[in-house]
Amino acid sequence: MAKNIQSLERAAAMLRLLAGGERRLGLSDIASSLGLAKGTAHGILRTLQAEGFVEQEATSGRYQLGAELLRLGNSYLDVHELRARALVWTDDLARSSGESVHLGVLHLQGVLIVHHVFRPDDSRQVLEVGAMQPLHSTALGKVLSAYDPVAHSEVVEVEREAFTPRTTTELTDFESLLDLTRARGWAADVEETWDGVASVAAPIHDRRRMPVGAVAVTGAVERLCPNGELRPELVAAVRDCARAVSRDLGARRF
Amino acid sequence: MTDAHTSGPFIAAIDQGTTSSRCIVFDKDGRIVSVDQKEHEQIFPKPGWVEHDAAEIWTNVQEVVAGALSKGGIAASDVKAIGITNQRETTLLWDKNTGEPVHNALVWQDTRTDALCKELGRNVGQDRFRRETGLPLASYFAGPKIRWMLDNVEGLRERAEAGDILFGTMDSWVIWNLTGGADGGVHVTDVTNASRTMLMNLHTLAWDEKIAESMGVPLNVLPEIRSSAEVYGHVKDGVLAGVPVASALGDQQAALFGQTCFAEGEAKSTYGTGTFMLMNTGDKIINSYSGLLTTVGYQIGEEKPVYALEGSIAVTGSLVQWMRDQMGLIKSAAEIETLASSVEDNGGAYFVPAFSGLFAPYWRSDARGVIAGLTRYVTKAHIARAVLEATAWQTREITDAMTKDSGVELTALKVDGGMTSNNLLMQTLSDFLDAPVVRPMVAETTCLGAAYAAGLAVGFWPDTDALRANWRRAAEWTPRMDADRRDSEYKSWLKAVERTMGWIEDEE
Repeated sequence: MAKNIQSLERAAAMLRLLAGGERRLGLSDIASSLGLAKGTAHGILRTLQAEGFVEQEATSGRYQLGAELLRLGNSYLDVHELRARALVWTDDLARSSGESVHLGVLHLQGVLIVHHVFRPDDSRQVLEVGAMQPLHSTALGKVLSAYDPVAHSEVVEVEREAFTPRTTTELTDFESLLDLTRARGWAADVEETWDGVASVAAPIHDRRRMPVGAVAVTGAVERLCPNGELRPELVAAVRDCARAVSRDLGARRF
Repeated sequence: MTDAHTSGPFIAAIDQGTTSSRCIVFDKDGRIVSVDQKEHEQIFPKPGWVEHDAAEIWTNVQEVVAGALSKGGIAASDVKAIGITNQRETTLLWDKNTGEPVHNALVWQDTRTDALCKELGRNVGQDRFRRETGLPLASYFAGPKIRWMLDNVEGLRERAEAGDILFGTMDSWVIWNLTGGADGGVHVTDVTNASRTMLMNLHTLAWDEKIAESMGVPLNVLPEIRSSAEVYGHVKDGVLAGVPVASALGDQQAALFGQTCFAEGEAKSTYGTGTFMLMNTGDKIINSYSGLLTTVGYQIGEEKPVYALEGSIAVTGSLVQWMRDQMGLIKSAAEIETLASSVEDNGGAYFVPAFSGLFAPYWRSDARGVIAGLTRYVTKAHIARAVLEATAWQTREITDAMTKDSGVELTALKVDGGMTSNNLLMQTLSDFLDAPVVRPMVAETTCLGAAYAAGLAVGFWPDTDALRANWRRAAEWTPRMDADRRDSEYKSWLKAVERTMGWIEDEE
C-alpha cells in the first residue's frame, strides 16, 4: 500500500478525538494525546477551523467539532424539525403581538408555509400550513431572497407580478430592497401582496449561519402601521423570535 | 421576550414529573415568564422496578424554584402563590420526625406489585374496588405500593403503627417540605392525587377504611384530603418564604384544568411518549364498562368536585422513537412527518403497537404488536403513515368508549404535548374523529393548570370564566375525510387490532 499523507491522518485523528457528545479539548490536550508538538497540532487545527470542521470556543479557547461536519452528513434541515423547534417561540410571538404568525421556507419558486399560529382572538381562522406565497412581494419571501442565495437566484428569474400598485417588480428596485433587508435584518410587506395586509419578517439561521427559513407577523395594515409606519416593537418582537428559534436550532447541533 | 407582559404579579407552578422537576412562572394573562428544569435519576434495581430518590427530587425542586426566579429576574414578593402538579401515583413513605424517606419512591411505572394486586383481587378479580375507587387493581396505583413497602422494609410496619411514618404521593412530599418539613410541615394531598391511591372513595372523597384495611394500610400514615385549589400553608424557607402554597393536581388533571375543560363533555388529550385523554363528566361519577378509569378531575375550594373519565394509550410518541432508534427509518422524530407526507395514504398497511398488550378499551395483556395488510406495494413511507394513524385510531377508540360510557358526544378535542407539532398527525386525528382538533397557545398546560388553580385559591384570578378568557386557540384542524372512507378504514384498523390478540399463549 502506498504511504498515506501524514497530515491528513493526523487531522482525522483529531476529529476522532473531538467526536462524540459535547467534547471540547484544549490545544495541549490534543497535542499530547496524539503525541504531536504543539506547533504541529496548532497548524492542523487552524486549517480544520478554516474549513469549518473544527470550531474554537471564544472564551476558553478550546476546540470542538464544527457545524460543517454535520452539514456534510445531513445536508438539509427537516422542515418538521424546524416547526417543532419553533413552536413555543411562535406561540409567544402571536401572543405578544396579537397577530398571526407564519413560518416559511423556500420551496420551488416560492415560500412554503410550514407553520401557522392563529391570531389570538376568538375569530374563525383557517390553518394555512402547506400554502405557497410569492417570493418577491411578501416579507417572508424578501427575507429568504436576501439571505438564501438559492432563493435569490429563483426570484430574479421568476416573473414578479404586480399584485397591488405597491408591489416592487423592477429588478434594480427589488435588489436595493434586498440590500436594505440585509442591512437592517428584517423585511416588511405593506400592502404589496394583499390590499389591507401588512407583515414583518426576520431570518432564521442554523448554527452555521445558513438561512433555513423566516418567521413573520401578519395582520391588518391599520394595526401594524397605525401612523403609516410599522410599529417598532413589532419589528423587535419578530427579530427576537427569529433569534430564539435560531438559538434553539444551534443549541443541539452537537 | 421582555415586554409589558412580564411585569408582576405572578403565579409560580412546580411540576414534579417522572423524569424531571420544573418550575414555570406565569403572568396574569397565563403567559410564561420564566422556566427552570432539572432531571433526576431513574433507578432500576430489577427488571420492571422503577424508583426515584425523593431527597434528590426535593433538592431539585428547591433549585428549579430558585432558578426560575433568578432567570426571570423575579422578586419573591411578586409571586402571589405557588401551585403543585406532579407525576401521579408515585409512592413515598418518610419519617415525620427526621423528614427522611424510608425507601426510594416507587414510581407509577413500577410493576413489583403485580402479584400483590392479583392476590388483593381474591375471588372477585381486578374490579374488586372499582365501584368505590373507579380504578382496577393494577400495579400503577399507590395503595398496593404502600403495602409493599410496609411488608418489605424492616421494622416499617411497627414504626407506621407507632405514628412515625407518613405516606404521600409527590404532591404531599413537596408540600410537606415546602411548608416546613419536620418543623411543622402540613401533611395533605388533593382529591385528584388521592383518587389515584385506590384508597379513596370517589363518592365521599374520604379514605375508605375498609379498603385500607383489606390492603393492610394503616390510616394514620395517610395525609388529609383537601381540595385542589386552596391555601394548604405557606412556604417556610428559601427564596419563596411566606408565599402561599395553594394548589395540587395530578399532572393529567392539571392539563385538563390548564386546557380550561371546565364544562361537562369537554376533553383534552396530551400526546407524549404515551397519551392520556381526560373528559370532564361534571358531577357524575360514571362507572366505565369500556375499560376507562373514573377519577376526580378537580375540586376548587369548597365547591363540588368535578369528575372525569380517563383513557390512556401506552404507545404513541414512543412508537415514533421506536421507528427512529430500533428501526432506523428516520433520523429525528420530526422526520416521521416528512416520510409519511411523501405518500397519499397508508397503502393498505396498519400498525397496531400493542408492544406490552392492548390497553383501554381492550385490556388484553396477551396481545402483541402487528403490522397488517402488507403487500409488495407498501414502502417505508406507508409504514410511517401507519405509525401516525395508529395514534389517531387509538384516540378514536378511546373517544368512542367515552361516548359510550358518558352518553356525551365529543364536540372538539383540545390537544397538547410534544406530538402536536406534527401537522399531519393533527389533521389525521381530526379526520378520524370527525371533530375539530384544537391546539391552545400555551403548550405547557400541565404547569398552567397548577398555576390557574393556585391563582384561583388566592383570588389572583376571580373565577374559571377569567381563565377561559385567557385561553387562546393557536391552531385548529377540521375534518376533511369523507365518511365512507373513514368508516371503511376504521373497520380495517379494528380488524388489525383483532389480529394482535391471543399472541401470548401461556400468561403466567
